[in-house]
Amino acid sequence: MTLWSVIGSGVAGLAVASELVARGARVQVFDPGGAPGPHGCSWWAGGMLAPWCEFENAEEPVLRLGQSAIDWWADRTPVQRRGTIVVANTRDLPDLRRFARRTTGFVDIDRGIITELEPDMGSFGKGLFFEHEAHLDPRQALQDLSRQLKEKGVEFHQKLAPAQLENAIDCRGLHAREVLHDLRGVKGEMLVVRCPDVTLTRPVRLLHPRMPLYIVPRGDGIYMLGATMIESEDSSRITARSMLELLSAAYSVNPAFGEAEVLEIGVDLRPAFPDNLPRIRRLGRTIYANGLYRHGYLLAPALAQGVADLALENKHSEMVDEDRA
Amino acid sequence: MKAFYGTTLPNPLMLGTAQYPSPTILEQAFRASGAGVATVSLRREGAGGTGQTFWAMIRDLGVQILPNTAGCHTIKEAVTTAQMAREVFDTTWIKLELIGHTDSLQPDVFQLVEAARILTEDGFQVFPYTTEDLIVGERLLEAGCEVLMPWGAPIGSGRGLNNKYALRAMRAEFPDVPLVIDAGIGLPSHAAHAMELGYDAVLLNTAVARAGDPIEMAQAMALAVQAGQLARQADPIEPRDMAEASTPVVGKAFLS
Repeated sequence: MTLWSVIGSGVAGLAVASELVARGARVQVFDPGGAPGPHGCSWWAGGMLAPWCEFENAEEPVLRLGQSAIDWWADRTPVQRRGTIVVANTRDLPDLRRFARRTTGFVDIDRGIITELEPDMGSFGKGLFFEHEAHLDPRQALQDLSRQLKEKGVEFHQKLAPAQLENAIDCRGLHAREVLHDLRGVKGEMLVVRCPDVTLTRPVRLLHPRMPLYIVPRGDGIYMLGATMIESEDSSRITARSMLELLSAAYSVNPAFGEAEVLEIGVDLRPAFPDNLPRIRRLGRTIYANGLYRHGYLLAPALAQGVADLALENKHSEMVDEDRA
Repeated sequence: MKAFYGTTLPNPLMLGTAQYPSPTILEQAFRASGAGVATVSLRREGAGGTGQTFWAMIRDLGVQILPNTAGCHTIKEAVTTAQMAREVFDTTWIKLELIGHTDSLQPDVFQLVEAARILTEDGFQVFPYTTEDLIVGERLLEAGCEVLMPWGAPIGSGRGLNNKYALRAMRAEFPDVPLVIDAGIGLPSHAAHAMELGYDAVLLNTAVARAGDPIEMAQAMALAVQAGQLARQADPIEPRDMAEASTPVVGKAFLS
């Protein structure tokens, strides 16, 4: 029986491994960084499963392929199916109207419904509620996947993959750019704060022409604030401006965020192809699965299914753009 | 069409490169519009400097690149950003943007004039983002600018030409200076209007990048500037208060 070697244990690698194992394949995983952690960009993700919202600024496959992600994840890790609330401050209401025009799957909500859903969002008179969306805790999800894989006998090697591997599946994100020359990094910056004074139970998106924000609750008064999108490949530090903008946007959702403790600052690069859609490529004996951009958790299941289709059944899903086996 | 620092552009549309859904769509918007100039910002994207794939993509568009100092609030920031832009894109062109007001992103025209002087002396060819103020325009020309770029309306507002009277006056005041409407364009009709007023080019970003279909909107903008330019060349009629029959009848033997 073929032994598949998944290289990289970020969300792409672990999802691929999980899908292969679910279909009865034998898998091993290589990652010199070891267990899922801050060395991979999926550690810093928001974990929103929000295909309807993302469609505002993404191509059609994100909406279609993203919808199946919620059930895929729910089989593997706790998923909160509580929807997403989208709001804008009064002066930015044109942005809310535009967002509504370009998306589907929501209902209009007024102050009464907003405060019924989230009592701590009383300052907003208008919003949109995407009731079918969901969210998960990305770190928990990565840990759950690797635990489940280990339970099923998958070996994790904390080292670089050997050079001449047969049946390799390269899920290294931006590290694969020496082979995938059309891959680029898109800088993202995020914060994790503790703010027990504010209770939000579902992701909130605040629209703004220059500094859009999302807040994802992680439970116990902990929130992820994210994320900037900058066409830069410098992942060294957050800038003061980004931090100011993230915090002031959160402050405008509820001023109690002004008293939040800043627990973490995350900076990393999202791997992206020119159209910001993921790709599967078979080059020689290696299958490359990459380019999840800002849709790591949303599109990893579809990517993993596409890889499994190609590896196990030689079927080409729509994500396969090159096959030179 | 007037030349910009000696360069004649293939058409009068200049497009920004920020906020597109993806680099692929950005590229298609440029192809669909035939825009001859791409503006690109460095202030926020530039930290760390080298290896910028996105910038390489902009270079690959094969159009004239006009780096900008968007996001700069002081002369020092703007000068440093311009110098970096010259290195990165190997061009002396710089769109000088010096923001004076956080909410309206209105230019700080006092710092603008000073920064224009410093950059011109340093060998730059400066495209200053300014207001429609004639005296500021004069000072910018004295500082060495050979192009002026007055706003139509605040950046990203999509309100069109807020002060047509002053923009017309500016055209009349500086008949030989290449003038570009920069910022505030929301619709093709705004862009056409700018060209009808006799402006030499239109620079816009948000109206295309944030449209539901940026490629179609880029095409629409290209058609609009072309229409406006043709109309200007064709010497339009003057508006009148009363109807004017196109075929005069009085005195003609129309009953015979």
